[in-house]
Amino acid sequence: MGFARSLRCRECGTEYPLDARYVCTECFGPLEVTYDLDALRRVLTRDRIERGPHSLWRYRDLLPVGDGPTVDLHAGFTPLIKAENLGRKLGLRNLYIKNDAVNPTYSFKDRPVAVAASKALEFGFDTLACASTGNLAASVAAHAARAGLNCFVFIPADLEAGKVVNMAVYGATLVPVRGSYDQVNRLCTELADRHGWAFVNINLRPYYAEGSKTLGFEVAEQLGWRAPDACVVPVASGALFTKVAKGLQELASVGLVEPRTVRMYAAQAAGSGPVADAFARRSLEVRPVKPNTIAKSLAIGDPADGYYVLKLIYETGGAAVGVSDDEVVAGIKLLAETEGIFTETAGGVTIATLKRLAEGGAFRPDEVVVAFITGNGLKTQEAVAGTLTVPDAIEPTVAAFEAAFGRTLPAVSARR
Amino acid sequence: MVTVRIPTPLRTVSGGQSEVKIPAGTLRQCLEELEARFPGFKARICEDSGNVRRFVNIFVNGEDIRFLSGLDTPLNPGDEVTIIPSMAGG
Repeated sequence: MGFARSLRCRECGTEYPLDARYVCTECFGPLEVTYDLDALRRVLTRDRIERGPHSLWRYRDLLPVGDGPTVDLHAGFTPLIKAENLGRKLGLRNLYIKNDAVNPTYSFKDRPVAVAASKALEFGFDTLACASTGNLAASVAAHAARAGLNCFVFIPADLEAGKVVNMAVYGATLVPVRGSYDQVNRLCTELADRHGWAFVNINLRPYYAEGSKTLGFEVAEQLGWRAPDACVVPVASGALFTKVAKGLQELASVGLVEPRTVRMYAAQAAGSGPVADAFARRSLEVRPVKPNTIAKSLAIGDPADGYYVLKLIYETGGAAVGVSDDEVVAGIKLLAETEGIFTETAGGVTIATLKRLAEGGAFRPDEVVVAFITGNGLKTQEAVAGTLTVPDAIEPTVAAFEAAFGRTLPAVSARR
Repeated sequence: MVTVRIPTPLRTVSGGQSEVKIPAGTLRQCLEELEARFPGFKARICEDSGNVRRFVNIFVNGEDIRFLSGLDTPLNPGDEVTIIPSMAGG
Protein backbone atom coordinates (compact mmCIF):
# COMPACT_ATOMS: atom_id res chain seq x y z
CA MET A 1 0.00 0.00 0.00
CA GLY A 2 1.50 3.29 -1.09
CA PHE A 3 0.97 6.80 0.21
CA ALA A 4 -1.04 8.17 -2.73
CA ARG A 5 -4.55 9.03 -1.56
CA SER A 6 -6.64 10.58 -4.33
CA LEU A 7 -6.80 12.47 -7.58
CA ARG A 8 -7.67 16.12 -7.01
CA CYS A 9 -8.70 18.77 -9.53
CA ARG A 10 -6.09 21.51 -9.64
CA GLU A 11 -8.79 24.06 -10.38
CA CYS A 12 -11.88 23.33 -8.29
CA GLY A 13 -10.48 20.84 -5.76
CA THR A 14 -12.99 18.03 -6.44
CA GLU A 15 -11.49 14.68 -5.35
CA TYR A 16 -11.67 11.34 -7.16
CA PRO A 17 -10.43 7.80 -6.47
CA LEU A 18 -7.08 6.73 -7.91
CA ASP A 19 -8.37 5.31 -11.21
CA ALA A 20 -7.65 5.86 -14.91
CA ARG A 21 -9.32 9.26 -15.24
CA TYR A 22 -7.58 12.48 -16.15
CA VAL A 23 -10.10 15.31 -16.26
CA CYS A 24 -12.41 16.77 -13.64
CA THR A 25 -15.99 16.03 -14.67
CA GLU A 26 -17.17 19.16 -12.82
CA CYS A 27 -14.98 21.75 -14.54
CA PHE A 28 -12.75 19.94 -17.05
CA GLY A 29 -9.65 20.88 -15.02
CA PRO A 30 -6.50 18.72 -14.81
CA LEU A 31 -6.19 16.17 -11.99
CA GLU A 32 -3.18 15.72 -9.72
CA VAL A 33 -2.21 12.93 -7.31
CA THR A 34 -2.39 13.75 -3.59
CA TYR A 35 -0.47 11.93 -0.84
CA ASP A 36 -0.82 11.29 2.85
CA LEU A 37 1.94 13.69 3.83
CA ASP A 38 1.49 13.07 7.58
CA ALA A 39 2.10 9.35 7.12
CA LEU A 40 5.06 10.08 4.85
CA ARG A 41 6.59 12.40 7.47
CA ARG A 42 6.47 9.56 9.99
CA VAL A 43 7.89 6.86 7.71
CA LEU A 44 10.21 8.49 5.22
CA THR A 45 13.83 9.18 6.11
CA ARG A 46 16.93 10.10 4.14
CA ASP A 47 18.38 6.73 5.15
CA ARG A 48 15.38 4.80 3.82
CA ILE A 49 15.79 6.49 0.44
CA GLU A 50 19.59 6.11 0.37
CA ARG A 51 19.26 2.35 0.94
CA GLY A 52 16.94 2.07 -2.09
CA PRO A 53 17.84 1.09 -5.66
CA HIS A 54 19.99 3.37 -7.81
CA SER A 55 17.01 4.34 -9.96
CA LEU A 56 13.91 6.48 -9.64
CA TRP A 57 12.31 3.68 -7.59
CA ARG A 58 14.32 4.79 -4.53
CA TYR A 59 11.58 7.46 -4.28
CA ARG A 60 8.78 4.93 -4.63
CA ASP A 61 7.07 6.14 -1.43
CA LEU A 62 6.60 9.52 -3.15
CA LEU A 63 5.20 8.02 -6.37
CA PRO A 64 1.64 6.78 -7.01
CA VAL A 65 2.51 3.10 -7.60
CA GLY A 66 1.65 1.17 -4.45
CA ASP A 67 3.35 -2.17 -3.82
CA GLY A 68 2.66 -3.87 -7.15
CA PRO A 69 5.19 -4.78 -9.84
CA THR A 70 6.85 -1.92 -11.69
CA VAL A 71 8.11 -1.71 -15.27
CA ASP A 72 11.79 -1.20 -14.64
CA LEU A 73 14.41 -0.17 -17.22
CA HIS A 74 16.45 1.41 -14.43
CA ALA A 75 15.44 4.97 -15.27
CA GLY A 76 16.71 7.84 -13.20
CA PHE A 77 19.42 8.42 -10.60
CA THR A 78 21.42 10.09 -13.35
CA PRO A 79 24.59 12.10 -12.68
CA LEU A 80 24.59 15.59 -11.18
CA ILE A 81 27.86 17.07 -12.36
CA LYS A 82 29.57 20.16 -11.02
CA ALA A 83 30.27 22.19 -14.15
CA GLU A 84 33.54 23.93 -13.29
CA ASN A 85 34.54 24.80 -16.87
CA LEU A 86 31.17 26.11 -18.01
CA GLY A 87 30.72 27.82 -14.63
CA ARG A 88 34.03 29.68 -15.09
CA LYS A 89 32.87 30.96 -18.49
CA LEU A 90 29.56 32.14 -17.05
CA GLY A 91 30.88 33.52 -13.73
CA LEU A 92 29.16 30.85 -11.61
CA ARG A 93 31.07 29.03 -8.88
CA ASN A 94 28.36 26.48 -8.08
CA LEU A 95 26.87 25.51 -11.42
CA TYR A 96 25.58 21.95 -11.78
CA ILE A 97 24.38 19.98 -14.79
CA LYS A 98 21.70 17.35 -14.17
CA ASN A 99 22.54 14.97 -17.02
CA ASP A 100 19.30 13.14 -17.84
CA ALA A 101 20.56 12.40 -21.36
CA VAL A 102 21.93 9.07 -20.03
CA ASN A 103 18.61 7.43 -19.18
CA PRO A 104 17.74 4.04 -20.76
CA THR A 105 16.20 5.64 -23.87
CA TYR A 106 18.36 8.77 -23.61
CA SER A 107 15.89 11.30 -22.29
CA PHE A 108 14.12 12.25 -19.03
CA LYS A 109 10.91 10.74 -20.43
CA ASP A 110 11.88 7.36 -18.95
CA ARG A 111 10.89 8.77 -15.55
CA PRO A 112 7.22 9.58 -16.26
CA VAL A 113 6.89 6.54 -18.52
CA ALA A 114 8.23 4.15 -15.87
CA VAL A 115 5.40 5.30 -13.59
CA ALA A 116 2.74 5.34 -16.35
CA ALA A 117 3.68 1.88 -17.68
CA SER A 118 3.52 0.46 -14.16
CA LYS A 119 0.05 1.97 -13.70
CA ALA A 120 -1.04 0.60 -17.12
CA LEU A 121 -0.20 -2.92 -15.88
CA GLU A 122 -1.96 -2.30 -12.57
CA PHE A 123 -5.12 -1.05 -14.34
CA GLY A 124 -5.06 -4.03 -16.72
CA PHE A 125 -4.44 -2.22 -20.03
CA ASP A 126 -2.96 -4.30 -22.86
CA THR A 127 -1.78 -1.41 -25.05
CA LEU A 128 0.51 1.49 -24.23
CA ALA A 129 0.32 4.58 -26.48
CA CYS A 130 1.31 8.25 -26.68
CA ALA A 131 1.44 11.42 -28.72
CA SER A 132 5.06 12.45 -28.91
CA THR A 133 7.62 14.91 -30.24
CA GLY A 134 10.06 11.97 -30.29
CA ASN A 135 11.61 11.35 -26.90
CA LEU A 136 8.40 10.15 -25.28
CA ALA A 137 7.69 7.74 -28.16
CA ALA A 138 11.06 6.00 -27.71
CA SER A 139 10.51 5.66 -23.99
CA VAL A 140 6.95 4.37 -24.35
CA ALA A 141 8.05 1.84 -27.01
CA ALA A 142 10.90 0.56 -24.81
CA HIS A 143 8.78 0.26 -21.67
CA ALA A 144 6.01 -1.49 -23.64
CA ALA A 145 8.56 -4.00 -24.92
CA ARG A 146 9.85 -4.59 -21.40
CA ALA A 147 6.32 -5.00 -20.00
CA GLY A 148 5.05 -7.16 -22.87
CA LEU A 149 2.39 -4.62 -23.87
CA ASN A 150 1.26 -3.67 -27.38
CA CYS A 151 2.37 -0.20 -28.38
CA PHE A 152 1.20 2.60 -30.67
CA VAL A 153 3.17 5.84 -30.89
CA PHE A 154 1.89 8.89 -32.76
CA ILE A 155 4.42 11.46 -33.99
CA PRO A 156 4.62 14.47 -36.30
CA ALA A 157 5.92 13.11 -39.64
CA ASP A 158 8.86 15.56 -39.80
CA LEU A 159 10.89 14.32 -36.79
CA GLU A 160 14.67 13.85 -36.76
CA ALA A 161 15.86 10.54 -38.29
CA GLY A 162 17.74 9.51 -35.13
CA LYS A 163 14.61 9.86 -33.01
CA VAL A 164 12.55 7.79 -35.43
CA VAL A 165 15.10 4.93 -35.42
CA ASN A 166 15.29 5.15 -31.64
CA MET A 167 11.52 4.58 -31.29
CA ALA A 168 11.06 2.10 -34.17
CA VAL A 169 13.66 -0.39 -32.96
CA TYR A 170 11.53 -1.59 -30.02
CA GLY A 171 8.86 -3.02 -32.34
CA ALA A 172 6.11 -0.49 -31.63
CA THR A 173 3.57 0.49 -34.30
CA LEU A 174 4.67 3.94 -35.48
CA VAL A 175 1.98 6.33 -36.69
CA PRO A 176 3.57 9.35 -38.42
CA VAL A 177 0.97 12.11 -38.77
CA ARG A 178 1.06 14.98 -41.27
CA GLY A 179 0.75 17.81 -38.80
CA SER A 180 2.24 19.56 -35.78
CA TYR A 181 2.58 17.98 -32.32
CA ASP A 182 -0.48 19.93 -31.19
CA GLN A 183 -2.49 18.30 -33.97
CA VAL A 184 -1.12 14.84 -33.14
CA ASN A 185 -2.05 15.43 -29.51
CA ARG A 186 -5.60 16.44 -30.43
CA LEU A 187 -5.96 13.31 -32.56
CA CYS A 188 -4.75 11.12 -29.70
CA THR A 189 -7.09 12.77 -27.21
CA GLU A 190 -9.96 11.79 -29.50
CA LEU A 191 -8.56 8.29 -30.02
CA ALA A 192 -8.18 7.79 -26.28
CA ASP A 193 -11.95 8.14 -26.12
CA ARG A 194 -12.50 5.43 -28.74
CA HIS A 195 -9.93 2.77 -27.89
CA GLY A 196 -9.29 1.32 -24.49
CA TRP A 197 -5.59 2.11 -24.62
CA ALA A 198 -3.31 3.57 -22.00
CA PHE A 199 -2.21 6.87 -23.57
CA VAL A 200 0.50 7.73 -21.06
CA ASN A 201 0.22 11.49 -21.51
CA ILE A 202 -3.57 11.57 -21.83
CA ASN A 203 -5.65 9.17 -19.75
CA LEU A 204 -2.70 8.25 -17.47
CA ARG A 205 -1.45 11.81 -17.30
CA PRO A 206 -1.89 12.39 -13.55
CA TYR A 207 0.36 9.38 -12.81
CA TYR A 208 2.72 9.90 -15.74
CA ALA A 209 3.49 13.48 -14.75
CA GLU A 210 4.42 12.44 -11.18
CA GLY A 211 7.47 10.56 -12.51
CA SER A 212 9.19 13.82 -13.38
CA LYS A 213 9.20 14.85 -9.70
CA THR A 214 12.09 12.44 -9.24
CA LEU A 215 14.37 14.91 -11.07
CA GLY A 216 13.73 17.35 -8.25
CA PHE A 217 14.21 14.65 -5.58
CA GLU A 218 17.52 13.52 -7.07
CA VAL A 219 18.98 16.98 -7.43
CA ALA A 220 18.26 17.71 -3.76
CA GLU A 221 19.67 14.36 -2.60
CA GLN A 222 22.77 14.70 -4.78
CA LEU A 223 23.40 18.22 -3.46
CA GLY A 224 23.58 16.67 0.03
CA TRP A 225 19.86 16.99 0.85
CA ARG A 226 19.38 20.65 0.05
CA ALA A 227 17.40 22.44 -2.63
CA PRO A 228 19.33 24.61 -5.11
CA ASP A 229 18.93 28.39 -5.30
CA ALA A 230 17.84 28.31 -8.93
CA CYS A 231 16.80 25.81 -11.61
CA VAL A 232 16.88 26.30 -15.38
CA VAL A 233 14.39 23.87 -16.96
CA PRO A 234 13.24 23.53 -20.58
CA VAL A 235 9.52 24.04 -21.19
CA ALA A 236 7.41 22.30 -23.84
CA SER A 237 4.06 21.39 -22.23
CA GLY A 238 5.37 22.67 -18.89
CA ALA A 239 4.76 19.40 -17.02
CA LEU A 240 8.46 18.78 -16.31
CA PHE A 241 8.98 22.33 -15.06
CA THR A 242 6.09 22.19 -12.60
CA LYS A 243 7.01 18.70 -11.40
CA VAL A 244 10.65 19.59 -10.67
CA ALA A 245 9.31 22.35 -8.45
CA LYS A 246 6.71 20.03 -6.90
CA GLY A 247 9.43 17.46 -6.14
CA LEU A 248 11.52 20.02 -4.30
CA GLN A 249 8.47 21.29 -2.39
CA GLU A 250 7.41 17.78 -1.38
CA LEU A 251 10.84 16.99 0.05
CA ALA A 252 10.49 20.09 2.21
CA SER A 253 6.91 19.13 3.17
CA VAL A 254 7.99 15.72 4.46
CA GLY A 255 10.96 17.24 6.29
CA LEU A 256 13.84 15.85 4.21
CA VAL A 257 15.20 19.25 3.16
CA GLU A 258 14.98 22.77 4.61
CA PRO A 259 12.20 24.77 2.94
CA ARG A 260 13.55 27.45 0.63
CA THR A 261 12.34 29.42 -2.37
CA VAL A 262 13.93 27.97 -5.49
CA ARG A 263 13.89 30.48 -8.36
CA MET A 264 12.49 28.69 -11.42
CA TYR A 265 13.69 29.74 -14.87
CA ALA A 266 11.94 28.48 -18.02
CA ALA A 267 13.96 27.81 -21.18
CA GLN A 268 12.17 27.97 -24.52
CA ALA A 269 13.07 28.37 -28.17
CA ALA A 270 11.87 31.72 -29.50
CA GLY A 271 10.24 29.88 -32.42
CA SER A 272 8.03 27.98 -29.98
CA GLY A 273 7.91 30.26 -26.98
CA PRO A 274 4.36 30.92 -25.81
CA VAL A 275 5.48 30.92 -22.15
CA ALA A 276 8.44 33.25 -22.84
CA ASP A 277 6.08 35.52 -24.81
CA ALA A 278 3.62 35.64 -21.90
CA PHE A 279 6.46 36.38 -19.45
CA ALA A 280 7.65 39.23 -21.70
CA ARG A 281 4.15 40.71 -21.31
CA ARG A 282 4.26 39.92 -17.55
CA SER A 283 1.03 38.01 -18.11
CA LEU A 284 -0.45 34.69 -16.96
CA GLU A 285 -2.28 34.23 -20.24
CA VAL A 286 -0.60 31.84 -22.65
CA ARG A 287 -1.44 32.60 -26.28
CA PRO A 288 -0.86 29.53 -28.46
CA VAL A 289 1.65 29.76 -31.33
CA LYS A 290 2.51 27.71 -34.43
CA PRO A 291 5.97 26.33 -33.64
CA ASN A 292 8.93 26.89 -35.95
CA THR A 293 12.23 25.83 -34.36
CA ILE A 294 14.95 23.18 -34.64
CA ALA A 295 14.19 22.29 -31.00
CA LYS A 296 11.45 19.87 -32.03
CA SER A 297 11.19 18.17 -28.65
CA LEU A 298 10.05 21.56 -27.30
CA ALA A 299 7.80 22.40 -30.27
CA ILE A 300 4.49 22.56 -28.43
CA GLY A 301 2.54 25.67 -29.35
CA ASP A 302 -0.24 25.19 -26.81
CA PRO A 303 1.39 24.16 -23.53
CA ALA A 304 -1.21 22.61 -21.22
CA ASP A 305 0.73 23.58 -18.09
CA GLY A 306 1.87 26.98 -19.36
CA TYR A 307 -0.30 28.84 -16.85
CA TYR A 308 1.18 26.89 -13.92
CA VAL A 309 4.72 27.48 -15.23
CA LEU A 310 4.11 31.23 -15.30
CA LYS A 311 2.56 31.16 -11.81
CA LEU A 312 5.68 29.42 -10.46
CA ILE A 313 7.96 31.90 -12.22
CA TYR A 314 6.18 34.90 -10.67
CA GLU A 315 5.93 33.27 -7.22
CA THR A 316 9.62 32.35 -7.05
CA GLY A 317 11.17 35.39 -8.77
CA GLY A 318 12.31 33.46 -11.83
CA ALA A 319 11.96 34.28 -15.52
CA ALA A 320 11.26 32.78 -18.94
CA VAL A 321 13.58 33.20 -21.91
CA GLY A 322 13.13 32.45 -25.62
CA VAL A 323 16.40 31.83 -27.51
CA SER A 324 17.12 31.73 -31.24
CA ASP A 325 17.98 28.55 -33.16
CA ASP A 326 21.55 29.84 -33.63
CA GLU A 327 21.86 30.18 -29.87
CA VAL A 328 20.55 26.60 -29.51
CA VAL A 329 23.32 25.24 -31.72
CA ALA A 330 25.92 27.36 -29.90
CA GLY A 331 24.54 26.08 -26.58
CA ILE A 332 24.90 22.43 -27.64
CA LYS A 333 28.52 23.05 -28.63
CA LEU A 334 29.31 25.09 -25.53
CA LEU A 335 28.17 22.29 -23.20
CA ALA A 336 29.98 19.63 -25.25
CA GLU A 337 33.26 21.58 -25.41
CA THR A 338 33.31 22.66 -21.77
CA GLU A 339 31.85 19.66 -19.93
CA GLY A 340 31.95 16.73 -22.37
CA ILE A 341 28.18 16.32 -22.46
CA PHE A 342 26.45 16.02 -25.86
CA THR A 343 22.83 17.12 -25.59
CA GLU A 344 19.98 17.38 -28.04
CA THR A 345 18.42 20.65 -29.14
CA ALA A 346 16.30 21.00 -25.98
CA GLY A 347 19.56 20.96 -23.96
CA GLY A 348 20.93 23.60 -26.32
CA VAL A 349 17.90 25.71 -25.43
CA THR A 350 18.62 25.22 -21.72
CA ILE A 351 22.31 26.13 -21.99
CA ALA A 352 21.58 29.15 -24.22
CA THR A 353 19.00 30.31 -21.66
CA LEU A 354 21.43 29.74 -18.78
CA LYS A 355 24.05 31.81 -20.62
CA ARG A 356 21.64 34.68 -21.27
CA LEU A 357 20.49 34.68 -17.65
CA ALA A 358 24.04 34.55 -16.27
CA GLU A 359 25.18 37.37 -18.56
CA GLY A 360 22.14 39.38 -17.54
CA GLY A 361 23.02 39.08 -13.83
CA ALA A 362 20.21 36.71 -12.80
CA PHE A 363 22.48 34.78 -10.42
CA ARG A 364 24.95 35.74 -7.71
CA PRO A 365 28.35 34.10 -8.38
CA ASP A 366 28.15 31.71 -5.39
CA GLU A 367 24.55 30.59 -5.82
CA VAL A 368 23.79 26.92 -6.46
CA VAL A 369 22.34 26.84 -9.99
CA VAL A 370 21.17 23.62 -11.69
CA ALA A 371 20.63 23.34 -15.46
CA PHE A 372 18.49 20.37 -16.52
CA ILE A 373 19.76 18.51 -19.59
CA THR A 374 16.85 16.34 -20.67
CA GLY A 375 17.91 14.56 -23.86
CA ASN A 376 20.85 13.07 -25.74
CA GLY A 377 22.69 14.74 -28.63
CA LEU A 378 22.78 11.57 -30.73
CA LYS A 379 19.04 12.02 -31.25
CA THR A 380 19.34 15.34 -33.08
CA GLN A 381 22.67 15.15 -34.88
CA GLU A 382 21.25 17.17 -37.79
CA ALA A 383 21.27 20.27 -35.60
CA VAL A 384 25.06 20.46 -35.28
CA ALA A 385 26.45 18.17 -37.99
CA GLY A 386 26.60 20.97 -40.57
CA THR A 387 28.57 23.25 -38.23
CA LEU A 388 31.34 20.75 -37.47
CA THR A 389 34.41 20.15 -39.65
CA VAL A 390 35.60 16.60 -40.22
CA PRO A 391 38.99 16.76 -42.05
CA ASP A 392 39.78 14.66 -45.12
CA ALA A 393 41.33 11.24 -44.48
CA ILE A 394 45.13 10.93 -44.50
CA GLU A 395 47.47 8.06 -45.36
CA PRO A 396 48.63 6.08 -42.29
CA THR A 397 52.11 7.68 -42.24
CA VAL A 398 53.82 10.17 -39.94
CA ALA A 399 54.67 12.31 -42.94
CA ALA A 400 51.04 12.53 -44.00
CA PHE A 401 49.98 13.55 -40.49
CA GLU A 402 52.69 16.22 -40.19
CA ALA A 403 51.81 17.54 -43.64
CA ALA A 404 48.13 17.79 -42.86
CA PHE A 405 48.20 18.87 -39.20
CA GLY A 406 51.76 20.03 -38.37
CA ARG A 407 51.05 23.71 -38.82
CA THR A 408 47.86 23.67 -36.77
CA LEU A 409 49.34 21.93 -33.68
CA PRO A 410 50.40 25.10 -31.80
CA ALA A 411 46.89 26.55 -32.24
CA VAL A 412 45.28 23.35 -30.97
CA SER A 413 47.48 23.34 -27.81
CA ALA A 414 46.78 27.01 -27.20
CA ARG A 415 43.04 26.34 -27.05
CA ARG A 416 43.49 24.32 -23.87
CA MET B 1 -26.30 21.86 -39.16
CA VAL B 2 -22.86 21.54 -37.59
CA THR B 3 -21.49 18.41 -35.93
CA VAL B 4 -20.25 18.68 -32.35
CA ARG B 5 -17.98 15.95 -31.01
CA ILE B 6 -18.38 15.50 -27.28
CA PRO B 7 -15.54 14.04 -25.18
CA THR B 8 -16.12 11.38 -22.53
CA PRO B 9 -15.94 13.73 -19.50
CA LEU B 10 -18.89 15.75 -20.91
CA ARG B 11 -21.09 12.81 -21.79
CA THR B 12 -22.52 12.76 -18.28
CA VAL B 13 -24.39 15.95 -19.26
CA SER B 14 -25.04 15.00 -22.89
CA GLY B 15 -26.99 11.90 -21.94
CA GLY B 16 -24.18 9.69 -23.16
CA GLN B 17 -24.17 11.11 -26.70
CA SER B 18 -20.73 11.40 -28.31
CA GLU B 19 -21.86 13.45 -31.30
CA VAL B 20 -24.75 15.85 -31.88
CA LYS B 21 -25.90 17.80 -34.92
CA ILE B 22 -27.24 21.28 -34.24
CA PRO B 23 -28.04 24.46 -36.17
CA ALA B 24 -25.66 27.36 -35.37
CA GLY B 25 -24.14 30.31 -37.25
CA THR B 26 -21.36 31.00 -34.75
CA LEU B 27 -19.57 29.06 -32.07
CA ARG B 28 -21.27 31.19 -29.42
CA GLN B 29 -24.70 30.17 -30.76
CA CYS B 30 -23.50 26.59 -30.87
CA LEU B 31 -22.66 26.64 -27.13
CA GLU B 32 -26.01 28.32 -26.30
CA GLU B 33 -27.83 25.61 -28.24
CA LEU B 34 -25.85 22.89 -26.44
CA GLU B 35 -26.76 24.49 -23.09
CA ALA B 36 -30.45 24.60 -24.11
CA ARG B 37 -30.37 20.90 -24.95
CA PHE B 38 -28.13 19.80 -22.12
CA PRO B 39 -28.49 22.11 -19.10
CA GLY B 40 -25.14 22.48 -17.31
CA PHE B 41 -23.08 21.86 -20.45
CA LYS B 42 -21.81 25.41 -20.77
CA ALA B 43 -20.84 25.80 -17.12
CA ARG B 44 -18.50 22.85 -17.49
CA ILE B 45 -16.42 24.44 -20.24
CA CYS B 46 -16.97 28.18 -19.73
CA GLU B 47 -16.25 30.54 -16.84
CA ASP B 48 -19.02 32.64 -15.31
CA SER B 49 -17.91 35.50 -17.59
CA GLY B 50 -18.78 33.34 -20.59
CA ASN B 51 -15.17 32.90 -21.73
CA VAL B 52 -13.94 29.39 -22.49
CA ARG B 53 -11.93 27.98 -19.55
CA ARG B 54 -8.19 28.14 -20.20
CA PHE B 55 -7.77 24.35 -19.94
CA VAL B 56 -10.51 23.63 -22.49
CA ASN B 57 -9.62 23.64 -26.18
CA ILE B 58 -12.23 24.05 -28.90
CA PHE B 59 -11.46 23.30 -32.53
CA VAL B 60 -13.44 24.10 -35.67
CA ASN B 61 -12.50 21.76 -38.51
CA GLY B 62 -9.28 20.95 -36.64
CA GLU B 63 -8.18 24.56 -36.05
CA ASP B 64 -7.89 25.97 -32.51
CA ILE B 65 -10.48 28.76 -32.16
CA ARG B 66 -7.81 30.98 -30.59
CA PHE B 67 -6.28 31.12 -34.10
CA LEU B 68 -9.76 31.92 -35.50
CA SER B 69 -12.22 34.39 -33.97
CA GLY B 70 -12.77 32.68 -30.61
CA LEU B 71 -16.46 32.33 -29.72
CA ASP B 72 -17.33 34.62 -32.64
CA THR B 73 -15.90 32.12 -35.12
CA PRO B 74 -18.53 31.69 -37.89
CA LEU B 75 -19.85 28.19 -38.53
CA ASN B 76 -21.06 26.82 -41.84
CA PRO B 77 -23.25 23.77 -42.48
CA GLY B 78 -21.13 20.64 -42.28
CA ASP B 79 -18.48 22.18 -40.00
CA GLU B 80 -17.11 20.02 -37.22
CA VAL B 81 -16.68 21.36 -33.69
CA THR B 82 -14.44 19.38 -31.31
CA ILE B 83 -14.16 20.06 -27.59
CA ILE B 84 -11.21 18.50 -25.77
CA PRO B 85 -9.39 19.07 -22.51
CA SER B 86 -5.98 20.74 -22.75
CA MET B 87 -3.35 17.98 -22.43
CA ALA B 88 0.22 17.81 -21.28
CA GLY B 89 2.77 16.69 -23.76
CA GLY B 90 5.88 15.04 -24.65
